[in-house]
Amino acid sequence: MKIIVCVKQVPDTSGKVAVNPDGTLNRASMAAIINPDDKNAVEAALTLKEETGAEVVIVSMGPPPAEGMLREILAMGADRAVLVSGREFGGSDTFATSQIIAAAINTIGVDKEDIILCGRQAIDGDTAQVGPQIAEKLGLPQVSYVAEIKKEGDSLICKRMLEDGYMTIKVKTPCLLTCIKELNTPRYMSVPGIVDCYSKPLEIFDFNKLKDDPLIELDTIGLKGSPTNIFKSFTPPQKGAGMMLEGADKETCQKLAGILAGKHII
Amino acid sequence: MSEFKNTDVEQFHGVWVFCEQRGGALMPTDLELISEGRKLADELSCELCGVLLGDKVEGIAKELGGYGADKVLVCESPLLKDYTTDAYAKVICDLVEEKKPEVFLIGATNIGRDLGPRLAARLHTGLTADCTHLDVDVNKYIQFLSESSTLDLSKQKFNMEDRNLKMTRPAFGGHLMATIICPRFRPCMSTVRPGVMKKAEFDQKKADACVIEKPAFSLKPEDIKTEVLEIVKAAKQLVDLTGADYVVSVGRGISKDVKRGIELAEELAAVLGGVVGGSRAVIDAGWLSADHQVGQTGKTVHPKIYVALGISGAIQHKAGMQDSECIIAVNKSDTAPIFEVADYGICGDLFKVTPLLIEAIKAAKAAK
Repeated sequence: MKIIVCVKQVPDTSGKVAVNPDGTLNRASMAAIINPDDKNAVEAALTLKEETGAEVVIVSMGPPPAEGMLREILAMGADRAVLVSGREFGGSDTFATSQIIAAAINTIGVDKEDIILCGRQAIDGDTAQVGPQIAEKLGLPQVSYVAEIKKEGDSLICKRMLEDGYMTIKVKTPCLLTCIKELNTPRYMSVPGIVDCYSKPLEIFDFNKLKDDPLIELDTIGLKGSPTNIFKSFTPPQKGAGMMLEGADKETCQKLAGILAGKHII
Repeated sequence: MSEFKNTDVEQFHGVWVFCEQRGGALMPTDLELISEGRKLADELSCELCGVLLGDKVEGIAKELGGYGADKVLVCESPLLKDYTTDAYAKVICDLVEEKKPEVFLIGATNIGRDLGPRLAARLHTGLTADCTHLDVDVNKYIQFLSESSTLDLSKQKFNMEDRNLKMTRPAFGGHLMATIICPRFRPCMSTVRPGVMKKAEFDQKKADACVIEKPAFSLKPEDIKTEVLEIVKAAKQLVDLTGADYVVSVGRGISKDVKRGIELAEELAAVLGGVVGGSRAVIDAGWLSADHQVGQTGKTVHPKIYVALGISGAIQHKAGMQDSECIIAVNKSDTAPIFEVADYGICGDLFKVTPLLIEAIKAAKAAK
């Protein structure tokens, strides 16, 4: 039994974000981190590994420096990692990305009892599309927004969150789940894990490695194979600052209430 | 009927809206999307069609006409009663291949965001997530850019004949906006953020005139690989942030006395006739439940008055509230970024200012 976890290295957008004058993101100025939801997916895989003895395989698409992130996840306890990396893959939208990652997962191989885990969404794009699109490309059932996973024989019982409650969904393996932060608290790297992580296998899948997969064609991957294109990108204008009221006392508040009443909005 | 080919762009006509139902009731987002879809259908001079799947749901279809749908495609089966990815994706993909819509909008709910990517991957077309603005007409798009971007439009070139749907969405937590197009494939698909598009006025005459069509479809139990064991509604009444006219939100500034901070927000919200929201920090700390979150990863609100108590104003929070009609910020630090978007700012301790504000607003209301 294998658990394949798809992860992405993302710029940390929770802190200060720098934008270049041309409206693109200044990635160099920001720390690169493991996408938060993906970390929950890794933790879920490691928990299932402890219960079942499954092998945990990490897959990530990105530039060569993403190897550092993969070593971190190996230090958390994953068994091996695959970095999908190549010039031909650059500029991929979610559709093209899912083609490539699905091809990489096909190359690793999906057996009957295997589980594929993704984070719900990455904080740089917030699309939540790649997980379900990988599932479609692999012809596997999916459960998204998963907050609990229980293994029962050849099935998983998942708590799938909705805005106004949740569904309990039963799905047979092989299947793909997308994980949310309510699922667990990710562990830290362990000291023996850090010692071991450089001796664990980390393979690079480039275009040549994947090119014979039927999903991979030059017109379905990369910038050229992406159905969507960026038409314009821009920074929103700052809304003009309004009025700072003087003081912070009873009079100030009365003045403000007077303004609001005058505008008929209270 | 001609064969379905997703690159025959000219062969695709009409705007479709997926109308999600839960427990046999329409979602508020359906009405927002139908209203927005009406505008796009008018710009494209084509039909607006709702797509409604469920079990015994025909009765709720006509209402969609009242917000602008010319037609509603209704697919009914016990297998469609509750949402499953497999059943909904199969029925809808088959309909798309048969009827070839040009544009397909889906609400970016937890269910819409499960269904949309599955459909787009199967149909081999583009999908843009969580859009907050949509245009077909180029003049309208230029107008939008002039109001909502810092681009120098004199340096931008536009093809005025462009009929592509221009889908604008925030990226990187709202730091950047991107307009996405899908020029080579149809349908052009978009999920749309709930609470962003404005609902039109309901028109009973249009509702009466709306055509209900029940297309044939094939769906077998073995098409569905997942089994819904139960659906549980949250026990607690969830706060309706997106529909509220008044929102009083709290941020990290309440940390000194969380209980009192939330009490004050509730009291002010009650005086205004609104609800309480919170920043991501407050939700992450567990001080308020997730349904209260305002911001890029929470809800987008545009109330008449938005009061920010002790919220510093991270860009991801501003992304969810800066279109409010009137923003009032109370913060101890006069350099807090929230003051950059506030119409009225008070630099002070929220624990001291809020009770005074409650009294002042009570008095102003009583004087009316």
